[in-house]
Amino acid sequence: MNRPWKTLQPYLLATPQTLIFLMFLVFPIVMIFIVSFWEFNGYAMTPAFSWANYAGIFGSSVSLSTYLNTFKYVVLVWGACVAIALPIAYYLTFCIERNSVRILLFLICTIPFWTSNIIRMISWIPLLGRGGLVNQALLGLGLVQQPVDWLLYSDFAVVLGMVHLFNFFMIAPVFNSMMRIDRTLITAARDMGASGFEVLKEIILPLSAPGLAIGTIFVVTLTMGEYVTVRLMGGGQSASVGKLISTQIGSLQYPLAAANAVILLIITLGLVTAILRVVDIRKEL
Amino acid sequence: MPKFTRRRLIQTGLAAGAAVATARCGNPSEEAPLGTPNNPATGPEVNANNIKDVTLRFIGTGVAQVNDIRDKAQEDLGFKIELKALSTEENNQIAISQPGQYDMFDGEYFSLPLVIPSGNLQAIDVKRIKNFDKIASFFTTGEFNGLPVENAQGTSPIKVMYLKDKDSKEFSPTPTDWATLIPFQYNADTLGYRPDLVSKEISSWADLFDPAFNGKTSILDIPSIGIMDAALVVEAAGLMTFGDKGNMTKEEIDQITDILKEKKREGQFRAFWKTFDESVNLMSSGEVVLQSMWSPAVTAVKAQGIQCIYAPLKEGYRAWGGGIGMSAAMEGAKLDAAYAYMDWLLDGWVGAFLGRQGYYSAVPETAKQFMSAEEWDFWYEGKPAAVDMVDPFGTTLEKAGAVRDGGSFEERMGNVVVWNSTMDEQVYLVQKWNEFIAA
Repeated sequence: MNRPWKTLQPYLLATPQTLIFLMFLVFPIVMIFIVSFWEFNGYAMTPAFSWANYAGIFGSSVSLSTYLNTFKYVVLVWGACVAIALPIAYYLTFCIERNSVRILLFLICTIPFWTSNIIRMISWIPLLGRGGLVNQALLGLGLVQQPVDWLLYSDFAVVLGMVHLFNFFMIAPVFNSMMRIDRTLITAARDMGASGFEVLKEIILPLSAPGLAIGTIFVVTLTMGEYVTVRLMGGGQSASVGKLISTQIGSLQYPLAAANAVILLIITLGLVTAILRVVDIRKEL
Repeated sequence: MPKFTRRRLIQTGLAAGAAVATARCGNPSEEAPLGTPNNPATGPEVNANNIKDVTLRFIGTGVAQVNDIRDKAQEDLGFKIELKALSTEENNQIAISQPGQYDMFDGEYFSLPLVIPSGNLQAIDVKRIKNFDKIASFFTTGEFNGLPVENAQGTSPIKVMYLKDKDSKEFSPTPTDWATLIPFQYNADTLGYRPDLVSKEISSWADLFDPAFNGKTSILDIPSIGIMDAALVVEAAGLMTFGDKGNMTKEEIDQITDILKEKKREGQFRAFWKTFDESVNLMSSGEVVLQSMWSPAVTAVKAQGIQCIYAPLKEGYRAWGGGIGMSAAMEGAKLDAAYAYMDWLLDGWVGAFLGRQGYYSAVPETAKQFMSAEEWDFWYEGKPAAVDMVDPFGTTLEKAGAVRDGGSFEERMGNVVVWNSTMDEQVYLVQKWNEFIAA
C-alpha cells in the first residue's frame, strides 16, 4: 500500500506547479508563436501560415533601427547600472561595520519603488523640464544661456529613467554575492602583501561575478521589453521594440506584434544563455 | 500492486477524468427555482419587472464613463449599470475581440468600420428611440444649414450611421430604420496654445509647423486622429494636397509621413501624446506651447490658472462623435433596458451634464431644459458668460464675461471640415504612422 503512494507523491506534488506553468507560461507563448504566422486586416486576424509578418519585420529599415536602438538602451542602461551598483554594493559590504546600518542603507536603495511608475515618470518633468530645477540651476549659475532641451524627452531621459528603475535589480544580487565572500580570503591576501586594487581584481570581482550575472539578466531582460518608460521619458519620440509591440497591439495588428514578440523572446533568451555560459550562477542558489 | 509508471499514471488519470465528466453530464442538474435573477421566466413574453434584475455592462472612453452619470441612470431607470473606462485603442480592441465582456459599446463613429464587420453589435431600431428625430441633423441626415460640415471628409457619422438592414454588416449611405450608434456626445477639436508663451495669434493649422515654435509643438499619437490633424497642417502649410484627406491613397500616406518624418528630424516636435493627461501636463508645464488638443484638456489647463486658447482656425475644425451601440448578444429584458437607457440618454440630463464641460449633446433642445439660461447662452450660443461657469464637479471653468473660443454651436460644428477617420488603407496608414513615431 505504501509503495505506490511513495511513487506517486513527487508527481502529485509537482502537478499544481506543472499545470500553472503549462497554462500561464507555455500555452500563451505557444499561442503567440502560432498567431505570429497569421494574417490580418484592419479589424480581424485569420489563421494562416504566412511568413509575411517576419518578412515585413526583417525587410523594414525602421524595425532594424528600432532593434538597434533597443540594444543601445540595453548597453547604456547596463553599463550605468554596473557602474553605480558595484561601488554601492562594495560600500555596503566592506565599509559599513554594523549590520543594522547596512540593512537601513539597503532599504534606502528601494526608495524608487515606493511610488507608482507613472507618478515617478511625471515627477521628472519639474526636475528636468525646460523650466525645471536643473535648468534653473544651470541658468542661475550662468552655465547656459538657453534652457537645455535634451534633459527631457530624449535618449538621455530614457536611459536615466530606466537606470533609476532597474538599478536596484543590479545592486541586490551583487550585494548578496559580496556578502558571501569569505572575509578570511581578503585577510589572507592582505597578509600575502596584496594591494587594495589586487584584492579587488583577484578576489572581490571574480567572486561577485555570479551576482553580477544575475543582475545583468534582470537588467537586460527588463530593458529589452520596456515600453512605458521609453514612451513617457522619450516623449513618444523614442523607439524601442517593446513600444513598437505595444503600438501594434493598440492598432489591432496582433500577428505583427506576435512576430516581434517571438523575435524579441529569441534574442533575449540568446542573451541570457550567453550570460549563463560565461558565469555559473548556480553557486548563488 | 502494479508499479506506477508515467504512462500508466496518465492513462489512469485520463480515464478517471472521463468518468467524472460523463457522470456529471449524464446527471440532469437540479432545477433552479423560477424567478431567480439567473433564471428569468421562460417564454418569449417580456416582463417589465425583469428590467430591475438587469445589469448593463458598459465599455467606453473616459468622457461618459463617469460615476455621476451611472448613479443618476441607476436612480432614474432602476437597473444596474457597470462602467469600464478605457483608452480609445483598448475600447476598440475589446469591442472587436471580446464581445462577451460588454453589453453596451460607448465608442466613436470612426471605430465603426472596424467594429461593425466583427458582427459584435446589433442594429438599433430607430423607431424605438423616442427623440431620434430631434438628434442634430448632421448625424441623422447629413445636413446642417448648408454649412461646411455637410461636406466634411473622413468618417463623418452619416457615412456609418445606418446599416442596410437589421442583420446587415454594410453601411447604408441613406437613412434606414437601423442605426449603428445612438450619438450623445461630440465636439469640434482644434489646436490649443499658451497665449503667454506664443507671441502671435494662432489662426491656421499651418502654425504647427512654424519654425518659431521649433521644439515646442506636439501632435497626438493615435493614428486615426493624429493623421487628420497632420493632414490639415500640411495642407494649410501648402506642402501637399489631397484627393480626400479622409481616405488617403498609399502614395498620399507615403508623402505625408515623409513630411512628418522630415519635421521630426528638424526637431519641430517636443513630444507626442497618447492620453488626455499627457497633453495637459505638456501644456501646463510649458514644455509645449502649441499642440493638437481635446477641449476638456484645454479646460483642465485653464483650471490650473494658466491661460490656454482653443484656437478657432480659418481652415476649420476636426470633429469627433461618440455614441452608444448594443452588443449582438443582448435580448429580452436586457434589450428593453438598453433601449430605455438610450431614451434616457437623449432625455437631456446627460446632455446638460456633458454640456457644462464643453461637449455637445446629440439633442441640444432637451439638454437646454436641464441647463440654466446663462449656461446655454455661454456653451451653445457663444455669448459672454453672464455668471461664472462651473462644471458638474464644482470647478470654475470660466469667469463671468468670458466667451467660448470659436463661438456658437453653429459656428463651431458648422465649420467642421474633417472627422476622425478610418481609411480603406488603414493597415498601411498604421504601419507608416508607426514608422513616423519610431523614426
